[in-house]
Amino acid sequence: MELLVNISLLFMLSLTVIAVVRLKSLFAIVMLFGIYSLLSAMIFIALDAVDVAFTEAAVGAGISTVLMLATLVTTGRWEKKSSRSSFLPLLIVSITGAALVWGTLDMPEYGNPDNPAHHHVADRYIEQSPEEIGIPNMVTSVLASYRGFDTLGEVIVVFTALIGVLSLLQVRTPPSVAETPLRNENRKLSRPYPVLQVVALVMMPFIILFALYVQFHGDFGPGGGFQAGVIFAVAFILYTLTYGLDDALALTPVSVLKALAAGGVLIYGGTGVVSMLLGGNFLDYNVLSSNPVSGQHIGIIVIELGVGITVASVLICAFYAFMTRALPDQGQKG
Amino acid sequence: MFATATIALLVIMCLALVRAFRGPKIFDRILAVNMFGTKTVLLIAVYGFLTGRPEFLDLGIFYALINFVGVIAALKFIERLEFYDEREER
Amino acid sequence: MDVVTDLISWIFLGLGIFLGLTGAFGLLRFPDFYTRVHAASISDTLCTACFIFGLAFQSGFNLVTAKLFIILILLWLTGPAASHALVRAAHTAGLKPITENSD
Repeated sequence: MELLVNISLLFMLSLTVIAVVRLKSLFAIVMLFGIYSLLSAMIFIALDAVDVAFTEAAVGAGISTVLMLATLVTTGRWEKKSSRSSFLPLLIVSITGAALVWGTLDMPEYGNPDNPAHHHVADRYIEQSPEEIGIPNMVTSVLASYRGFDTLGEVIVVFTALIGVLSLLQVRTPPSVAETPLRNENRKLSRPYPVLQVVALVMMPFIILFALYVQFHGDFGPGGGFQAGVIFAVAFILYTLTYGLDDALALTPVSVLKALAAGGVLIYGGTGVVSMLLGGNFLDYNVLSSNPVSGQHIGIIVIELGVGITVASVLICAFYAFMTRALPDQGQKG
Repeated sequence: MFATATIALLVIMCLALVRAFRGPKIFDRILAVNMFGTKTVLLIAVYGFLTGRPEFLDLGIFYALINFVGVIAALKFIERLEFYDEREER
Repeated sequence: MDVVTDLISWIFLGLGIFLGLTGAFGLLRFPDFYTRVHAASISDTLCTACFIFGLAFQSGFNLVTAKLFIILILLWLTGPAASHALVRAAHTAGLKPITENSD
């Protein structure tokens, strides 16, 4: 039965990819990429990689769909016809592909449990993490503690991405208070989607509550800082889409978001520095408390919080920057 | 019982996928994507029961959320496309 | 007792499967966008409810059921809202429904 599910999911996945290649409307392609991400996340669930499925759905189906659509509005929605012949690229791709397949022949047998990849460090993580870290979700203990340094790098990459986006696209400054009554009057006249506004308003608190649940439940089940940050950002993206960019900017000013994005990285790095000051190595949480295991607990919760804050504020801020380009005068139009 | 439900959901997803491929208008595709997302949420729930580990429903909640936001975003941006035309979306 | 709950969840799941397939065939076979929305969205809400109730009877009264009902409420809230917004956006964009007079 599980085999059947896997096969049909992979079948639909390949059909989606073929359709993406054949379509010319970029808008439709982005929608199909949403399906593609949902399918691959479903495959991850079938493979028991629940945390990965969470992230794939968050980033692939959620954030990147929204950002790509925003980009399409500012650029163009039809694929340009290429005038060149596609023979040479096809030849190069075929040769490269054949070489890669040939290279895999030397690799260890696929799926063999005795492969070196499964015994380099995985054994230690699986056997020792209940005693050393003491939290049920092993993915979180690897991500936040054993591989804490790598995760710090990832958070810094996310932060750097925000710097890149903001240096290319500027976030619009919201209209001053003096213009506000007129704007409100305008908005009353042409409320675009009152039903959506009500639904969004009802959903907002629950989305934020769910984000907090995912944030602090990451030790026990699927979830953690990255996923919670995305969910938090999704709440504000929904608000921006239904109420307009100006209202959202009034709710979460960009200066605050920038400070939070840097603050999250600071919390993460600061935890490492604190553990050094207490006599351990960088990001060695054992010294944070008298008992090493509870020290690990404190360290993981604090750095996950840093990750969550950074990811949420970076995504919200980057989304505002894209929206400034995509919906330039939405405040006036309603 | 869960096996039957899983197969039925996979069939429904395939049918929605066909509509997403055929279009013809962009709205048909968005509709199909919306339906596909709903059925993915149900598939997660049913698959959890099928394998006897229904703890992963958090993901279902999240998928329902993401799907909604994706559809709303698509509609919002289509509104801005003043050059929307009746051209077939191929 | 087990037989009764099994039977009830069978009925619910069966109804859900029927409604889901109906909606999917409507989505595929109906002639224009507005009729397709009609087919897909109306069957979707009840189909979701049937699936969730069918699963809830299997799981009993616990956290899993609570999460199932959160999913149900979420889908009930978002599904109709999304359909409404979709039709409205299509109408605003100038998509004409097929009527008796059009050819």
